[in-house]
Order: sequence, then structure tokens, then C-alpha cells
Amino acid sequence: MTDATNLWPLAGIAIVVIGFALRANPLAVVVAAAFGSGLGAGLGVSEVIAALGKAFHQNRYVSVPWLVLPVIGLMERAGLQEQARSLIARTRAATASRILLFYMALRQITAALGLTHVAGHPQTVRPLIAPMVEAAAIRDDPAITKESREKIKAMAAATDNVGLFFGEDIFLAIASILLIKGFLEGAGIIVQPLELSVWAIPTAIAAFLVHGFRLWRLK
Amino acid sequence: MIGLPELYTLTGLVFAGWAVATLLDRQHPRRWRAAAFWGGIAAEFLVGDRFGDFGNGLAVLALVALALSGAPGKGRPATSTEPERQRQTARWGNRLFLPALIVPGVALGGTFLLPRLGGLVDPKQVTLISLGLGALIATAVLLIWFRPPASAAVQEGRRLAEGVGWAMILPQLLASLGAVFAVAGVGDIVGALAPLAIPEGSRLAAVLAFTGGMALFTMLMGNAFAAFPVMMGGIGLPVLVAGMDGNPVVVGAVGMLAGFCGTLLSPMAANFNIVPAALLELSDRYAVIKAQWPTAVAMWLFNTAMIWGFAFK
Repeated sequence: MTDATNLWPLAGIAIVVIGFALRANPLAVVVAAAFGSGLGAGLGVSEVIAALGKAFHQNRYVSVPWLVLPVIGLMERAGLQEQARSLIARTRAATASRILLFYMALRQITAALGLTHVAGHPQTVRPLIAPMVEAAAIRDDPAITKESREKIKAMAAATDNVGLFFGEDIFLAIASILLIKGFLEGAGIIVQPLELSVWAIPTAIAAFLVHGFRLWRLK
Repeated sequence: MIGLPELYTLTGLVFAGWAVATLLDRQHPRRWRAAAFWGGIAAEFLVGDRFGDFGNGLAVLALVALALSGAPGKGRPATSTEPERQRQTARWGNRLFLPALIVPGVALGGTFLLPRLGGLVDPKQVTLISLGLGALIATAVLLIWFRPPASAAVQEGRRLAEGVGWAMILPQLLASLGAVFAVAGVGDIVGALAPLAIPEGSRLAAVLAFTGGMALFTMLMGNAFAAFPVMMGGIGLPVLVAGMDGNPVVVGAVGMLAGFCGTLLSPMAANFNIVPAALLELSDRYAVIKAQWPTAVAMWLFNTAMIWGFAFK
């Protein structure tokens, strides 16, 4: 570290923070941040455009899971959401809390087995879990407000995230474990994936207890 | 060998289908712009290899400009009516859940079986290919079972895609921002500055700086993978492992999980936080983050305590 260190590449981070705080359109924020950091690092405008284009093209795999949207849409067309709702409306034991607790356990266990794509927001939350918890909440409190309904649907999405994040690292071959192993290897420290993944177990259990407690208290 | 190129072609065709369906939808208020938006994404997947880096960059700017001018908006994709769906549920009952098992089932089976087909499938891409295969099989089953018009697969997908809207390209764009940050050397600067925040000799302060840095930098980048090399290289290895004789396995494994807590709090993690809010048609873009922040904070405290308590002998 010398005084001569160029801090201008951090402009992109500042743009991200300010942009999201102002609730500006995230796409515009991201492009502005790319230019802020790129120009700050001394790149030219066309170089920033090329860097962004190259990365966008290489990262196409991120958008591949949208392939499932036609399937979800066809299932909804056939009445899947209505069936999920009517099943829950008839099953008094299936409260919103219990549905989400069950889903959380399922998501953590499948993620721990490396099956991260078995469930997810488009695959399971939108067509099944969200309509189920909403139906359970309406059945148990017919006077529920739109705001509370949205909160409980948001909780369904949150439960998917928490279950995935604190389950997947138990799997040996997941990208994050391989990244840690690779990074330590680069520093001359050889570790086995198993050594890393057992350290994900205490956090997985804690996540189930913490988030499960919040779900159990859900009204 | 079946790998990413085939998957990209399939994805490109799905987006191209939405572009055509949008053009034909005369009730769409902004159909040209919307069709250009879907068509642009389709072009990225189908012929983006020929655009070159600068050309792809211009395509990105065009997509963002279209999004800011109201694309893709909402049209009137043909779908079933409420009474039609009630008739279906009365007729099929819980059997309607069966198609919902196809995509997870194929993902599960494919993960185990596809690598054994000897070179037919790119072993590195088994998960995504299983997902694509599951989507194809499920679409075929649903079309044969319920006999909707053949265009339904395109129209129903478009209905959901319009619900998600411009947020559909946000995850891919955010991943690209990470690459631009790397080119600009953002991580190196943060890694150089981070150790300056630690008071000399305090173990707890050093652990807090590490896990706090992981969570904070993950929030900024939207991805713990981007934060990990920076914080592990800046604080984890030099200060905790080399300086204080910490266990690199615990510091690395639990440090990554502290980063995941930041993912739960960040709008930059669009795939997990912003896109689901759009998919569930929630009026507050940040509703999912608001639902998960207490869990995230509690788990961050837990992970910090784990490193503080177990990484040092």
C-alpha cells in the first residue's frame, strides 16, 4: 500500500451502493457501475463495453434455467395452483408454518446431496409452495390482509434460499467447496473436500433451528 | 457430445419463440420493443459467438436501453380461464401434481445416469443438461396429456416471462459486472485495504473483520464466490491463519458460509432475492430480503462465533 494506489476502480462499488439505496433500476445501476470501475481503472469506453460484452456472453449459462418457464406455465394452465390451494384448504393439519418447515428440511437435505436443481423458485416455490402457504394462511384467517399474504409468500421464497445456502456446502463437489479447496491449494495448503464440508454441518443445523423457529412462530 | 452449445441453442429458441409470440400479440402495448428485447436475448444465445466482444457489449447496452424504455412489458398471452382450470382440477385431482415431479425427477436421475452414458454428455454440465432434458420431457408430457393448442408452450412461458420482466437478464448482467470488477482490480484494492481495519493482536477483532468483510463484500458483489478470494487473501490467510495460527479448513469453510449470509441480504444477488419477488408478483421488490434478514444476521453471528471458537487451538 502506497499513497499512489489508485482507488478510482472502487467507483463502481459506490455506484452500486448509491444506486440500490435510491432504488434505481438495477440494470442501469449495473451498467453504470461497470463504467465507473472500468473508467476508474484507466480503461477506455470501448474497452469497458467489450469487457462487459465478453463477460455477458460467457455467463449465458446463468440464464439457461429460464428453460423451465414453459413447463411451469403449462402446469399452471392445467390448474396446478388451484389444485395446490384446494388440497391445502381441505388439509387442516397443513398450516403455513408446517408446510414451510417441511419444505425447509427437504430443501436442505436435497441440497446436501448435491441436488440443488431439484427445487427452486421457478420449479417449486411459484407453482407449489407459495400457493400452498397462501391457501393455508387464508383458510386459517379469512380476514388476512393483502400485505400479510405477500409477507407469507416472501417467506416461502426466503425459506428456499436459506435451505439451499445452508445445505449445499455439505455436498463435497459443490462449486463453493471446490473454490475453497482450490484457493487453499494455491496457497500451498492441501485439504480434502470432506474436511471442508463437515464444517458446513454445524451451520446447517443452526440454520434449521434459527429459521425453523421463525417459521414455527409464523402466524 | 451434448454440452452447453446444445443447451444454449435450446434456450435461444425458447426466447425466440417469445419474441415471435409478442410480435403477433396485437394487444401488447409495446410489442415492437418487447419483441426486440426477447429477440436480443435469443440472438445472444443463438449467434452471439459471431458478435465479438464489442458487439456483445453493444447488445447488452441495447437490452438495458430497451428495458429502461419499458420492455418487455405485459401483453395478452393466451391462457386457460378460471372455470377451465376448475374443471381440470375436478377431473384430475391430485394427479395434477405428477407433472411437477418430472423436472426434479429427471434432474435427480440425470445427475446419476448421464455421466455413465460414456461421452454422450459433457460430464461438467450434467446438472444443467438434466434440467434442460427435464424441461423438454415435461413439456412433451403436458402437451400430450392436456392437449392444449400447440402454441401453449410458448404462450404460457411468455406469460411467466412477462411477469418476471426485465429482471430476467439481471442475474447474467450481475455476473458480468463481477468480471468487469475483476478486470478493474476492485478485489485487489479491497484485499489491500481490509487488513488496515484490524487493531493489532486482537483475535476477536480479526475474526469480526474477516466474517464482516466476507458478508459486506458479498453484499456488494452479490456473490460469495467473488468475495472469498479477496477476503481470504486479504485477511483469512495472512492474519488469521499465518498470523494467529488458525485452522485454514475452519476459516475457509465457515468464512464462505458467513459470505452466504451477505447473499441473503443483497439486492445484487438478484437470482435469489429480486427475481423470486417478481416471480411471486410481490409489490415490494425487496420483500424477500425483508423476510430473510433476521435469519441472515443470526447465522452471521453463529458463523463468526464458530471461527472464533473452533479455528484456534
